[in-house]
This record gives sequence, C-alpha cells and structure tokens, in this order.
Amino acid sequence: MRYLPLTDTDRQDMLTVIGASSVDDLFVDVPAEARLPGKIAGLPDHASELAVERHMAALARKNLSAGEAPFFLGAGAYRHHVPASVDHLIQRGEFLTAYTPYQPEIAQGTLQVLFEFQTQVARLLGCDVANASMYDGSTACWEAIGMARRITKRGKAILSSGLHPHYVSVANTMAKFTGDALVHQAPTLDAAPDIDALIAGIDKDTSCVVVQYPDILGRIADLTPLADAAHAAGALLVAVVTEPVALGACRTPGHMGADIVVGEGQSIGVGLQFGGPYLGLFACKQKYVRQMPGRLCGETVDAAGKRGFVLTLSTREQHIRREKATSNICTNSGLCALAFSIHMTLLGEKGLRELAALNHALAVQAADRLARVPGVTLLNDSFFNEFTLILSKDAREVVRNLADKGVLGGVSLGRLFPDAPEIGNGLVVAVTETVTAEDIEAFAKALEEELA
Amino acid sequence: MTMLKEGRPTAPQALNEADAVPATATGNRALMLEEALIFEIGSTETTGVDFAEAPKVASRLGNLARTDGIGLPGLSEQETVRHYTRLSRQNYAIDLGLFPLGSCTMKHNPRLNEKVARMPGFADLHPLAPQSTVQGALAVIHELAAWLVTLTGMHSVAMSPKAGAHGELCGLLAIRAALEARGDARSVILVPESAHGTNPATAAFCGYKVEDIPATPDGRVDLEALKARLGPDVAAVMITNPNTCGLFERDMKTISDAVHAAGAFVYCDGANFNAIVGRVRPGDLGVDAMHINLHKTFSTPHGGGGPGSGPVVLSEALAPFAPLPFVERQSDKFVLVEEETAEDHHGQTFGRMVAFHGQMGMFTRALTYILSHGADGLRQVASDAVLNANYILRSLDDVLDAPFGGSGPCMHEALFSDKGLAEGFTTLDIAKGLIDEGFHPMTMYFPLVVHGAMLVEPTETESKAALDQFILALRSLAERAKAGDEALKGAPYFAPRRRLDETLAARKPVLTWTEPELAEAAE
Repeated sequence: MRYLPLTDTDRQDMLTVIGASSVDDLFVDVPAEARLPGKIAGLPDHASELAVERHMAALARKNLSAGEAPFFLGAGAYRHHVPASVDHLIQRGEFLTAYTPYQPEIAQGTLQVLFEFQTQVARLLGCDVANASMYDGSTACWEAIGMARRITKRGKAILSSGLHPHYVSVANTMAKFTGDALVHQAPTLDAAPDIDALIAGIDKDTSCVVVQYPDILGRIADLTPLADAAHAAGALLVAVVTEPVALGACRTPGHMGADIVVGEGQSIGVGLQFGGPYLGLFACKQKYVRQMPGRLCGETVDAAGKRGFVLTLSTREQHIRREKATSNICTNSGLCALAFSIHMTLLGEKGLRELAALNHALAVQAADRLARVPGVTLLNDSFFNEFTLILSKDAREVVRNLADKGVLGGVSLGRLFPDAPEIGNGLVVAVTETVTAEDIEAFAKALEEELA
Repeated sequence: MTMLKEGRPTAPQALNEADAVPATATGNRALMLEEALIFEIGSTETTGVDFAEAPKVASRLGNLARTDGIGLPGLSEQETVRHYTRLSRQNYAIDLGLFPLGSCTMKHNPRLNEKVARMPGFADLHPLAPQSTVQGALAVIHELAAWLVTLTGMHSVAMSPKAGAHGELCGLLAIRAALEARGDARSVILVPESAHGTNPATAAFCGYKVEDIPATPDGRVDLEALKARLGPDVAAVMITNPNTCGLFERDMKTISDAVHAAGAFVYCDGANFNAIVGRVRPGDLGVDAMHINLHKTFSTPHGGGGPGSGPVVLSEALAPFAPLPFVERQSDKFVLVEEETAEDHHGQTFGRMVAFHGQMGMFTRALTYILSHGADGLRQVASDAVLNANYILRSLDDVLDAPFGGSGPCMHEALFSDKGLAEGFTTLDIAKGLIDEGFHPMTMYFPLVVHGAMLVEPTETESKAALDQFILALRSLAERAKAGDEALKGAPYFAPRRRLDETLAARKPVLTWTEPELAEAAE
C-alpha cells in the first residue's frame, strides 16, 4: 500500500482528535445492512510494483502494436510520429497533475497553453474562435449539431453519407432523446462526395448540414457551394475534420464558408491509444461564441496590470446555469490539448506543410502501387493521405487474413458500415509519414496473395 | 510572526516587502520567469522537426491545394522545451503539494500507471485494428470491468463514457430506453439540491424536465419532500452519494425502495466513490446506474482539467440497454461487440455514445492502480480518505463555521463556510490567502446550498504532516479574516499573477491571439 502514507500511529492519533474509537465509527451513517464487514470476496489483495508491471506487460505483449507491422489504418484515428519532447513535456508533474484552472493566479501555465491552443485550432480550422477542447471528434460533432439547433431554432440536421459512421451513430443516439431529426443517406462507392445531394436536401427546417472533410472514404471536395446553399436557406454548415494534418495541404473548411468546424485532434501529438483519450476540436465564427459548448480561456489583466488568462464565459456552463446550460460537459481534454499544442509548436507552419506534403506524396505512391494489384480498383479521384480501394472480394475477410500475415492493411467498409453489405468490398487505406516504401511493397504483395 | 514548519513566514508584513522590490527590465524576478506567447516568439519559418524529403509526385488534391498562410508559429526544439517548461512552473499541481479541491479529488498519481499506459502494446494500438491483434487490450477492458462490477455490487458496466458527465448521460439514456421499452413515457427527473451541477444539465440535455428536491437542514435529501413528489411522471432521481456536502445519504435504501415502487429508477452520481470503495456496494443500496470517475477513485492525472473517464455500472434492469461497443469473453478469446445483434445481452442497446471504445489510456491506468491496491488496499483507501477529511473537520471547526459539523462524521470531504468572518471578508480571501501559504485552495462556493462554501477534500494519499501544515495555514487565515486583516484582501502576493480580472475577460472576451496591429485597428 505504497501510496497510502498514514501509519497506524497516525491513524490512532487522528481518531483521538476526532473523538472516534475506530474508523468504523466514521461510517456510522451508512445503514448497517449496507456496510461490508471485511474485504470484498473474490478479488486479490494488493501487489508490488514489479508484480503489477509484469501482469500489465504480459497483457501488452498479447497485442500487435502499430509499430510492429506495416500499418495502414485510419478511418478517424491516425498514426503519426510524435516528437520525443512532446511526451517528455506533458509528463512534467506541473502539467500532468494539475487540475482545472479554477485558481488562475497559480494556473497560468495551463491557461496560457489553452489560450495558445485555442488560437492554433482557430487558425488551423479557419475560424475566428475555438474552445479549449472536448472529449473527442464524435462528441464534438454532436455538440455542433446541438449548437446549430440553438442558433437556428430548427431541428433537422442533414448528415453527409461521407461522415464517419460512428459519428453518425453518436448523433443518432443523442437525437433519439433530444428530438432532432437527422437525415442521413447510406454511403455509395462514388468517386466524389455527395455535395449536390446535400444541397438538394436543404429546406427551411434545416438547422445544419454536416459534412466531413476529407470524408470517410478519403474524398475531398470544395465546400463553398454547400456553404452558400446552406446560408441561402438560413442553415449552417458544420464541417468535420478527422485528420487535421490534411489542413497543412488542403484549403480549410472555415475559409470555404463553414460556420462551425469540429474535428478529432488525435492526429497531432496524441497517439492512437486504442481509441482514447482523444481530443475534440471545436471552432466557429465569432458571432456564435456565446452558443459554443465547452470550456473557454480568455485574456485579461491582474491587479498589477499584467496580462494573464482565466477561464471565461462560464455563464454558459452547467455549474452556473444547471439545466439551462449550453451543454452538460464539465471537462476538456486538457492534457491532450497540451500535447497537440506542443506538437503543433514544434511543427510550426513550415513543419506542418512539410508533414502534410510528405503524407500526401507517400499516399499517392501507395495508391498507385496498390491499384496495380490484380483485383483492386482505386475509388478516389482526389484524396489527401487516405483513399478507398475496391477489392474483388469482401474486405472484412481480407483485413483479417492480412493481419494473420502480419500486415495491418486498412479498415474494411464492412466493419464501418455493417448494414450496407453492397459496399463490403471497400477498403479504406491511410498512409502517413510513418509508412515506408518497404511497408507499401509488403502490403501490395500480401494483398496480391490474398486476392489471387 | 507565525512560522510554518519549513520556516516560511506567514505574517502579512512580509508581503509588503515583496511589493517594494524594484522592477526588472525583463519583467522576470530571478526564477520567477515571464513567458511570452508562442505567437510573439515563434515564426512561421521556424520548425523543431525534420522530415524526409517528400517523393516527387503529381498532386491529387484536386483544386483544393492550400495557397493561403495559416499563421502557425513554430519554435526550435530547445525553444519549445523552454517555453513549456517555463509555463509549467506557473502551475500548482498535486506533485507540488496538497490540492484539496472538494468534489474533484486530487490524489497522488502513481508513475507506474504512466509507464504502463505508455507501453507500445497499449499506446500504439489502432481502435479499429483486427480483433485478433488486440486481445491483450480487450483483456484489460474485461478485467477492469469485472473489478468495477464486483466493487459496486452491480450487474454490468458500460465502459465507453468519456467523463463523469458523459457517464450521467449514459445512465439517463439507459433509463429512458428502459422506460420506452415498457411503453412508459415519463418526463421528469428529480435532482436534490446537494447534487453536482452537471446532473440537472444532463437531465435537460436528454429532454427531461428537471425539478429540485430540497435539502434538509442537516445537508441531506429531504426524504419526505422526495416521497411526496414521486409519481407516474417521474423517470428517475439523480442522487450524489456521498453527497456534495460530504455526507452519506443515510436514507439511500429507503429512497431507492420508494423510487422503485413508483416505477422510476435511481441514478447515483458516483463521483465520490473513493469515499466508500471496498466498504459499501452501491448495488446493495438499490442503485440502478452510477458512473465512476476512474480518474478520481482509481487515479489518472488530471492534466490541467482532463481527460477523464466515466464507466457506468448498471442494474440488471438497465443492462440490456447499455451502449455499444462492449467486450465479451467467448470461450478462449475476447470479442469487441460493435453491432446490434439480437442474441447478445445488450439486445436493446440505446446505441453508440462515442466513436471508439472509451478512454483506453485510463483503463490501463485504473487497472494498474486497482491491482496495486487490491481488495485490502482499496478498502484502506476509503478508510484513510474519510479519516483525513474528519481530521481536518475536527481540527478546524473551532475557528471556521462547519455547517453540517453537528450532523455526524463527514465522508471524504470537510465542508466549511464563511459565516463568522469579519465584515467584507469572504471565502475568496481565504482561498487566495492559501495560495500565499503554498497550498492550492479548496473548492469555493460549492455546494450551492451553503453560503460561502469551502469544500476541502484531502484524499487518502496525504500524510498527517501535510494535513497538519494545511490545518496550520487555514487556521491562521481564518484568524486573520476574523480579525479583519486588510492585507488578506490583496492576496495572493507570491503567485505568478495577482488577482485576475474575470469580469473584464467575460465582458470583452479575447479568446484568441491577434497581431497587435490588427488588434489595434479593430479597436
């Protein structure tokens, strides 16, 4: 019990001060029938640091980590190289073990980072303002739909068929209880995203159109016509970015007219982590800032006139507004935001552009090589670092067999869209700077064997 | 002059000297370093990373290649390390000392947890990797789930919620789905005044009408008022137990029975589970759903405010409605069930709450922490957490008003108020004074049922020596505030910043950095 510093002598001395004869006396308010007399049965007792580490390491060894195999998975989570100093810095105890900056005088480190983070995110996504982060991309996407409902006082959201299916599921779950009407078409294997169909669906009840960029199949399209059509009907355009590195090479949704841009920030600084914790990015136009959910950090001055930072606009939040709050969220992904911000600072604009260019170039090479495998067709006309291959057989099985050959070869559309067997031969392949020419060749060879 | 154990003076006359120190040209004061924003020190031409040259290929970006500037400054690696290291030094953290935020639970973060979470076998796994390649990760989720179910005495657990408030949402969605499944449309959630502020927000978010239930003068749910309000329109009662006054809801079982008899469900906010883990099973109290803040009870670093993790334990009645995905053991392997299938036990699932499977990074940390403590250690966790809180309560109730000090032992947190301070002195002054004494302040002005609340939660990882030093500091501040010591109103004097103007920040929000010339032009 190395983390519990009280000695039995301490405990006795403290009980004397309290005026209790034993610790059990302090649990007197618990009804007797609910009080457990001793240890809960069926659970082991405490273990040494070495024993616990051995146990956990043994479990870790049962996994095939991304670095151990040619790796091509994306679909909302991306493997990028994270510079060593990122993890080193976030492990500084003053960042790692600080809480929400409720006392700004002794939390300027966290607060300044959040202010810098907000600025970085706003600029990257092409918006005026950003919040201090949310749980992840899928929940940020849902919150954006709710925000559009509050702004437009309309309850119908149109979701692109290219939106990540898990994001659609999250929105569907929430809509069941808030009464939003969600319109969503099943995806099809078209070379271009469904911009025209989305435009055709907009009507006077539409609160927003939600479009992913690049979308789940890796496709990219100019969002300007969609933004114009939405605005003409009094609706908002919500853009979702799951691979922010793309914005180092591609035009930004905010600059194409999106009113709210949300995203998954995991790509920069955070790492795969089997799905969490991740980092929800949330940015919008200045005029909507008071409808924005989540935590915000703002600049101010202290009693001596020095610049400083505080959490602000908390009158939107649950601890003040209770049931009238803009959202029930009472946290952010602070440490992930710090990691993102440090990585982005190391990259700078120059590094981000180089990283994006490298991702794109390797993806182009991989797409061309893989498309030469017999039984494979490349779906996309345009893409950033992720594209869709149409295989001559069900991609779910192909992915499983590739894993047995030691190749982590993409995400099958069958797994992403279990209800749409007609697109089951689609395979979404992501290529980042971590992929080598040898990895591409190994993938192509394994795919060749599999499809032969 | 009073001295702390370490020899630091606590008397206010020392403070004025600090004010009289001449200004320096840089704004620095030796190791108290000022740090500019990255936008002021970096440039878009600077980078701290090197990449291989990109192969020459024809672009496939369509007509979407970026031509505008982004405005993201970069720093070299050394400048980056310095920038963030300097900023870190402006933070208070649990690694520096007692961080007694009531209701937030700041305890020691064992470094083994960090080491384990960073093992490539956990950290470098893709959430959609083929299941045959992630059996160890699925085993972690399964093993942790088993501990949570056993410790709480519940039927099953939903692992995917990303934070406590997200867990509340999960619990209410399951309740709503269960009610709808039996064709019972109910519209009201009852929330006692002593509950967390997220509770009513969550209920409203799920489309419910929220009604408050008053607290009794001794800081607990008013049982009679609650019983009187129960009816066919009530879907659930959301209770925080131990509650935000730091007290155990004695009538919990009676409440649960009454709620169930009325056809409704009991949601318990389990944020304070660390106070009872190993000593009380919420399942024995009739709870239907309860989120567990893994980061609080089983330790995960707060990282400046998050991320958290909020698995929800469920009663048998709610289990079929739990969210996807979940992990199941099937003979010799673990399976991640991602789709609705009729035969599995989540057959009536309300759907998916989050893109992937929840906070895997917290699962590894929580399991590491749980295995380190074991059944015996976790029971000791609750004992020491409660002992420490009562020690603080009894050591200070002669100088600070303890509104519920007479209504029995507190649980994991000690509640005081600003009653009895000199005219014009408030909880805020005590809090800012604590900063100068080298402590993070307690939670201020919460719970709302107590005027000028000061909620102190020491946790089980504090030594008696640390508690004694904190008690000395708080006693001294209480005495000064009662004596009307005006110097206290200027505190903090020794922090990186003096009191910050929060009104200005809200009235004229500046949320992003703008180049000075643009900011000036916009004025």
